[in-house]
Amino acid sequence: MATRQLFFNAALREALVEEMTADDRVIVMGEDVAVYGGVYKVSHGLLERFGPERVRDTPISEAAIVGAGVGAAIQGLRPVVEIMYADFMPIAMDQIVNQAALMYFVSGGTVHVPLVIRTQGGSGSYAGPQHSKSLESWFTHVPGLKVVAPSTPAEAKGLLRTAIRDDNPVVFCEHKLLYRTIGPVPEEECLIPLGQAKVKRAGSDVTIVAWSRMVLEALKAAEELTMEGLEAEVVDLRSLCPLDDETVFGSVRRTHRALVVQEAWRTNGFGAEVASRVQENCFDELDGPVLRVAGQDAPIPFSPALEKKAAPSAADIVAAVRRMCRHSRGVNLDTRGESGR
Amino acid sequence: MSLPIDYRRIYELILRTRYLEEAIIQQHKLGKTFGPLHLCLGQEAAGVAASAVLASEDVITTTHRGHAHYVGKGLNLKRLCCEIWGKAEGYGQGRAGHMIIVDRQTGILPGSGIVGGGLPVAVGQALAFQIKRERRVVVAFLGDGASNAGAFHESLNLAALWRLPVVFFCENNSYGLTVHVKDHLSVQDIAARSQAYNIPGLIVDGNRMEEVAPVVAEAADHARSGRGPTLIEAKTYRLHGFSTSDTGGYQREEDLACWRDRDPVKHGADFLLKAGLATQAEIEVMDRQAQTEVSEAVDYALAAADPADLVLPAAVFKE
Repeated sequence: MATRQLFFNAALREALVEEMTADDRVIVMGEDVAVYGGVYKVSHGLLERFGPERVRDTPISEAAIVGAGVGAAIQGLRPVVEIMYADFMPIAMDQIVNQAALMYFVSGGTVHVPLVIRTQGGSGSYAGPQHSKSLESWFTHVPGLKVVAPSTPAEAKGLLRTAIRDDNPVVFCEHKLLYRTIGPVPEEECLIPLGQAKVKRAGSDVTIVAWSRMVLEALKAAEELTMEGLEAEVVDLRSLCPLDDETVFGSVRRTHRALVVQEAWRTNGFGAEVASRVQENCFDELDGPVLRVAGQDAPIPFSPALEKKAAPSAADIVAAVRRMCRHSRGVNLDTRGESGR
Repeated sequence: MSLPIDYRRIYELILRTRYLEEAIIQQHKLGKTFGPLHLCLGQEAAGVAASAVLASEDVITTTHRGHAHYVGKGLNLKRLCCEIWGKAEGYGQGRAGHMIIVDRQTGILPGSGIVGGGLPVAVGQALAFQIKRERRVVVAFLGDGASNAGAFHESLNLAALWRLPVVFFCENNSYGLTVHVKDHLSVQDIAARSQAYNIPGLIVDGNRMEEVAPVVAEAADHARSGRGPTLIEAKTYRLHGFSTSDTGGYQREEDLACWRDRDPVKHGADFLLKAGLATQAEIEVMDRQAQTEVSEAVDYALAAADPADLVLPAAVFKE
């Protein structure tokens, strides 16, 4: 029998249902998550199934939502809180950075915070500069937070289940355009460990590292590149923290070229960290500099004409790979003219 | 119903807190402290009494100015001093410092050096108690400054909305850092802000343990019985600077003189004598004991071992 197909949001819902069924310490809180079922319907039906004590609509109080999650986690629950847009995470940043992330450390390992903060970001829905950002890089900078960004329904489910079982705070980043993507999701329990990247496509000419929706663009680009005789290997990080260096390095040692693709702003994005680690660890294996294809360093514009240029596309990735593969050792790749990419 | 209030015990803890703050000032003058230390000199009664009347299973979240709360809730003085001096035996193994002490056993969960930052965490713990049907209460300490922070308002609203077992205890010590309350509060009384959240708001004299203790005990019972949060404002005064690094100069001499006359330690002794709870001789014994205990704890911490190097990522992430 063929594996059943599920939408990304339904796969996340299944993870919540299964974890809530298995463990009554798991509760869900956030704006519009209960009666309405979440703006992307991820928590649809949970209220009816698990009741108002475990599935809670909150006031529009992001600091209190995350802080209440931290407190409840300290006292033995396993809260999954939702911050409706990644753009609203800054409102809760104090609770994330100054409470959740450091509790285990400052308590000398005696108090832990099993909290999942689900949030949704990314451009592509004409939502404008305050509802379209990709902020996952921010959280990777803070010791004490795990950061996950899945690209497929099956992985969204498997990673969310693992995140809920993790004893540390996990920021779970979902891309808004992925909710209506569909893919095979096995019926059986498929837990995916945090910190395990996956090679999504094998190739010998270049390694493309990506996460979240950019994995889809990278795979599209890889297909186009085959027509030019170039085989790209696509590595989906899945979790940014912990980061699976070895899978990335292993791939780069085979292909000798590395390109990191992120939707987030280019400057100081997580792609820079990946690029840096690759050059620190695989310098002798590289045939050229590690390149980045990234979002332009500007607030995400509203106009559809402008917004589509804010995030990288498969075409941008194809162009970058072409240049990398044509360039020979020792030639300086000038990326300054890359329209901010 | 809460237990009868043990004022002798509360007074002993107030004394310990006073001697601790004085010892820190002395050590600071000798150049033997590290970083800014936020002292509660002059406002010990409020913090100690509000912590000490709670049951041991109850929890507090504290502030950067938490020494009275720590002592009131029962932290071991030696281990407390070890954290103040950054030593291995401190409650956070020297990682936290005096502002962020966390101790599950005594129910200090957690301290927080971010003004107002502990309040949402208090609300979340109260939520867990409610969901788990545990008859426990959280006392969330805050200062006058925190009552202007967004987290305060979000927390009061959520706690009131869900009728959570939390008591918000505001020590109004008249200063947010160096700014006097008349220049940072839109209201005369912080307790009045309770009206906006449809919960009781009470004002007590924070320098009198016998005013603070019963009011907190009653608010805790109120919360425990499912009737929701209370906001208590304890009027007090910070006799020392914002921290040991504060060079002062902004507190009026007449205010300082007035509040020195209302010293909570002196008040406490008078109360015990008048109520017939202790004799002058007993009070002197308590005083000497407190002084000795604090002095031993400080000496212990000064001589204690530094923490070993961090092992990463094990120090940061739970396996």
